[in-house]
Amino acid sequence: MDHAETLQKLEQRFGTLRTSEFRDNLRIIVRPDQVAEVLRFLKEQLGFDFLVDITAVDYLHYPEAQDRFGVVWCLLNTASGERLILKTFLNEPDLTLPSACSLWRGADWMERELYDMYGIVFEGHPDLRRLLLPEAFTAFPLRKDYPLRGRGERHNFPVITRAES
Amino acid sequence: MPLELVETGQEQATEQEYLWTLNFGPQHPATHTTLRLILTLDGERVVKAVPDIGFLHSGFEKLGEDLTFNQYVTVVDRMNYISPIANEIAWFHVVEKLLGIELTPRCKYLRTIFGELMRLHDHLLNVGTSALDLGAFTPFLYAFYQRELIYDLCEYASGQRFHGSYLRVGGLLYDVDDAWIRKLREFLNGFPKAHGDIARLLSRNRIFIERMRGIGVLSKEDAINFSCSGPVARASGVVRDLRKDEPYLAYGELRDAFQVVCSDAGDCYARYLVRMEEMLESIKIIRAAVENLPGGPVNVGVEGKAVLPDKNATYRSIEALIQHFELIMTNRGYPAPVEEVYGAIESPNGELGFYLVSDGTDRPYRCRTRPPSLIHFAVFPHLVVGHQLSDVVAILGSLNIIAAELDR
Repeated sequence: MDHAETLQKLEQRFGTLRTSEFRDNLRIIVRPDQVAEVLRFLKEQLGFDFLVDITAVDYLHYPEAQDRFGVVWCLLNTASGERLILKTFLNEPDLTLPSACSLWRGADWMERELYDMYGIVFEGHPDLRRLLLPEAFTAFPLRKDYPLRGRGERHNFPVITRAES
Repeated sequence: MPLELVETGQEQATEQEYLWTLNFGPQHPATHTTLRLILTLDGERVVKAVPDIGFLHSGFEKLGEDLTFNQYVTVVDRMNYISPIANEIAWFHVVEKLLGIELTPRCKYLRTIFGELMRLHDHLLNVGTSALDLGAFTPFLYAFYQRELIYDLCEYASGQRFHGSYLRVGGLLYDVDDAWIRKLREFLNGFPKAHGDIARLLSRNRIFIERMRGIGVLSKEDAINFSCSGPVARASGVVRDLRKDEPYLAYGELRDAFQVVCSDAGDCYARYLVRMEEMLESIKIIRAAVENLPGGPVNVGVEGKAVLPDKNATYRSIEALIQHFELIMTNRGYPAPVEEVYGAIESPNGELGFYLVSDGTDRPYRCRTRPPSLIHFAVFPHLVVGHQLSDVVAILGSLNIIAAELDR
């Protein structure tokens, strides 16, 4: 898939962008404050109408990593079949990003899952609650500093007897 | 009964006192596993649905960070356990994309055959159970008999009926033999009759149609906006199938053997029809793949250093034995590029992708699944509003929510 035209239009609008390529994946790396604008431009001007996935990576133990978290939007243009990956990096304590829910309604649960697993807050999300884990859960388990093995979070939860239920 | 979609009066109705709340699930026969819906009802009409999921969350993605690429296959199997080998194909598609391994032709064709068998597997279950939820028991039994035959094929090939764990980096666990091909041909010959039996019981059944047609209509714009893929999107008129659009495995060579099934109605009945027709297309793909099945080795050679040698070689040659230990021992392994990659295949349920981050070892640093079930279930509250309580079951069935994949 030829990305040249997309890249050219993006650079016209936003100046020179950091990009990287691996296999057929083209990644565009932007600052967190650019995300909302770039996503809107990609959707409305360049026809990336399909949000494939939003995910995050915790680079805590990653070799030569500069930043703590990476957030990734995988986009697809359903008309041309072109795929693009938008990526940004976040560092504590400011883990906020703009929500993409106003552009793609499919972003709703994906963002909730990221909040659930990484504690990344999406501003402007209509209903940012935990998705998979219970509300009483206090940790963000997909972070690399959360242990893989252990007794879990059982001690944090209240025990409800049959009489109370 | 199909309801006319007059204004649901959602804003107005919520203020009224006679709305009542119904807790649907987590244990309910129609949820098939565990998912919970909190329905706000006006009489029998659904005003609002709030899904509450996570009952089957087992931390698969966290677990993956501790397992090697080959070990994670057993976990991947358990995501969409209705079509386990399709998940394996997706997983290894991405792993091999990361490692840059080009499969042998025979392996590509065999994986294609298994991918399509899994599509039959998944669609049969979906059609059978969605009919069962609406009260039709016989098609369910017909569908499960065919699924049983596919299980036999899986068992013959991989040694396990349910969770095959059949794929490995760079190939398959075992090659198939002529007897397996014979069994597959028998299955292919018998399938159209069973498919016809199911279609005759359902496709023109008045009760079934009245429960399905016009229910849960998803427009094309919404399907794209909600990130729907697979049969759900195709039933809404999105002409997109990764097997044609981004051919992987042998689909590029077999592209003339099948067609993409689409509908523009977008309702439950359209999703049912798309799945039924896709089964016939899958049969065509399998037939074409079996007829053109190349010979030669099924695994790529051991020069790649990422591929397990086969057992015969392990026991008989020193190189293969060394290679075996290099891969199996926990302090060994092989290097992978320090990179990240997204790849996806067309699983029976839609686009099943993995975002794989590698830190240079043979364990994923991060393996995000793009689960079609989760994305389709997010559409559910939008689809169900304005319909009757009994339609909840029809819509839930037609979206094919597999809770293990939903929660991972």
